[in-house]
Amino acid sequence: MIHFIVHDQKDSVGVVVVEGVNAGQEVTGWIMDQDKEIKVKLQNDIPIGHKFAIRDLSDGDTVMKYSTDIGRMVKSAKAGEHVHVHNLKTKRW
Amino acid sequence: MLDQKILGYRRENGRVGVRNHVILLPLDDLSNAACEAVANNIKGTMALPHPYGRLQFGKDLDLHFRTLIGTGRNPNVAAVVVIGIEPNWTKKVVDGIAETGKPVAGFHIEQNGDINTIAAASRKAKEFVQWATELQREPCSISELWVSTKCGESDTTSGLGANPSVGAAFDRLYENGNTLVFGETSELTGGEHLVRDRCINDEVRKHFMDTWNAYNDFINENKTNDLSDSQPTKGNIEGGLTTIEEKALGNIQKIGKKCKVHGVLEPAEEPTGGKGLYFMDSSSAAAEMVTLCAAAGYVVHFFPTGQGNVIGNPILPVIKITANPRTIRTMNEHVDVDVSGILQKEMNMDDAGQALIDCMIRTANGRMTAAEALGHREFVLTRLYRSA
Repeated sequence: MIHFIVHDQKDSVGVVVVEGVNAGQEVTGWIMDQDKEIKVKLQNDIPIGHKFAIRDLSDGDTVMKYSTDIGRMVKSAKAGEHVHVHNLKTKRW
Repeated sequence: MLDQKILGYRRENGRVGVRNHVILLPLDDLSNAACEAVANNIKGTMALPHPYGRLQFGKDLDLHFRTLIGTGRNPNVAAVVVIGIEPNWTKKVVDGIAETGKPVAGFHIEQNGDINTIAAASRKAKEFVQWATELQREPCSISELWVSTKCGESDTTSGLGANPSVGAAFDRLYENGNTLVFGETSELTGGEHLVRDRCINDEVRKHFMDTWNAYNDFINENKTNDLSDSQPTKGNIEGGLTTIEEKALGNIQKIGKKCKVHGVLEPAEEPTGGKGLYFMDSSSAAAEMVTLCAAAGYVVHFFPTGQGNVIGNPILPVIKITANPRTIRTMNEHVDVDVSGILQKEMNMDDAGQALIDCMIRTANGRMTAAEALGHREFVLTRLYRSA
């Protein structure tokens, strides 16, 4: 089963695509553009559709998705930690 | 090329429609009641009530007329009864629709009152609906369908599955010579450079960037915070989208990998440059954008959603697509095409694009979409600024 998807191997985050994945679980991901597999141990329960860091991210880091800049971290997150409005902000507006 | 024919309605001006509506179109808010009364009197007709049409001026008034006239001109509409409070602006809408050659008649309420107006308009609506119901569908090329797209209640599965499936369908329709449109100016923010690079020449590129910059300046001038909760919306955030850039990059998947942008349209502007993909300067609010697409003459709409936007349109069939397995589980009645298999590698993008084209053909041939069957008829006019 594919638990999460990463658009491109340059990306910083993966997206959970199934319901009910929990902290402590090792989840299996599909890197779409390169058609590769990746495994990450989750630090939090992650709802379907939500993102987590696939590598350690520091405060101020640019976050990549679709191999493109989607904003900057305003708080660090370890690999497997939830990335959302509490730690990632737009660089626009 | 897509060789299969669809069964459509060939209109007086040569355009192809896939629905055969007789509509009662109010010029203004004051005329809604009369239009609704006529719709109640004459079965098979449909009133399109809306809250505007008084004391508008300048570009905002131009857009009001363009939207109403365009709605009446749409090939999915067989005939139109226009009702307004006074005769002059009513006639302006009637004349704009009449250019297509389709039957249209106007009625005004001042010096007549609602009851006499309703009686006269009902007689005309009855004549129109009996005429329209004898029109027959005929074989037409798929390339004659004008196809629009706009996504809504997006989440991360939109960018992974539903939106790229529209992109796959759009790439095929683009090669097939269809006339296509996308828009949502503010929702390209973070990916505007990607759209710029898809414009067919420098003139279109400049027009696109000027349009995007003007919208972005408007947001920056009026914002009171970073637009969190507005753009992305609360629903987007619930679905896992965090920033406008992330939302935009998912949004842009809808224009596929091959389509080029042939021109930039004003809101509700009918493209006159022939086949190809157009960008329409438009709001990202679902009902506003789909109403503008209908007014620009588009006859079938692809609407990918993540969290489950339930929108429809009175005259434009809206095909709902999702890749989110939770939305499939909880809101299945709203979904026309389930592409959730993409997320488990059970469906590839070519197959998903084909599934959309198959659904488009069935919809064009007369199958009601989920939104049509559920009675979603959101008709929402875009306002540019306050009234005089």
